[in-house]
Amino acid sequence: MSDIADRVKKIVVEHLSVDEDKVTESASFIDDLGADSLDTVELVMAFEEEFGIEIPDDAAETIQTFGDAVKFISDAQ
Amino acid sequence: MFDLTGKSALITGASGGIGGAIAHALHGAGATVGLSGTREAPLAALAEELGDRAHVLPCNLSDAEAVTALPKQAAEALGSVDILVNNAGITRDNLFMRMSDEEWQSVLDVNLSATFRLCKGVLRGMMKARWGRIVNISSVVGATGNPGQGNYAAAKAGMVGMSKSLAYEVASRGITVNAVAPGFIETAMTEKLTDDQKAGILGQIPTGRMGTPAEIGAAVLYLSSPEAAYVTGTVLHVNGGMAML
Repeated sequence: MSDIADRVKKIVVEHLSVDEDKVTESASFIDDLGADSLDTVELVMAFEEEFGIEIPDDAAETIQTFGDAVKFISDAQ
Repeated sequence: MFDLTGKSALITGASGGIGGAIAHALHGAGATVGLSGTREAPLAALAEELGDRAHVLPCNLSDAEAVTALPKQAAEALGSVDILVNNAGITRDNLFMRMSDEEWQSVLDVNLSATFRLCKGVLRGMMKARWGRIVNISSVVGATGNPGQGNYAAAKAGMVGMSKSLAYEVASRGITVNAVAPGFIETAMTEKLTDDQKAGILGQIPTGRMGTPAEIGAAVLYLSSPEAAYVTGTVLHVNGGMAML
């Protein structure tokens, strides 16, 4: 697993208080990991800080799963 | 009680009578204050009067870009923005049938849209801190209406609906959002009234007098305090009983 994926996973596990093995490629933050809509905003904020990137609101809306987040951040770097 | 030591507060409209009293109340409870307003001289005078823990942050609230930039400037100057008091407001009174689009829009821009932008701008820091207090200064006329103030009443009522919606969204993050609705308060604005007008107004106020800016400051201090953690989405009416809502 890439370094980016590891770092994203750590943020997700800490923020949503979920088991690491539940954070799979296709795991949806809201449907599978128990996030509410405000949690997803906070996750995006945390990703922005961890990776020093800007995630615009319209892009943030497309980040629904763990895999989406890793892909977006990898592309942005 | 009501100790704000270590907290930082951004107050808009701090050069006015009510804004100044709010700044005094929060600063007196130990908060570091950011004084915002359009006119720099009265802000600097207020900062000097307060002494330590007071910063001047001039901003023209009718300039959307300047408003958007203010929360960041405040966070840099104050260290963080734990408390936001949206107090700035303007009036452009006119009879509804004579009210121009410009009169309508300018009041909505400063009183409502600037409040929206400032709330949005401080939320990130408050969410991370898991603590925040937003106090929006509405007005009794937002609830009762007032002839000649269709624009002002709309903006002040709008602040209440906005505050309640935001209060729902961020309550689980330790952030409260409330409004204070002053009635007639002794300020430069009400000093312009004639004695007849004043007598007419006082006849409608059960306490028989106008309120003081310090009485609004005290209401804001309460809603900004750790003790008010369980109060959110509410409107605290401070009007001497003229409208018992």
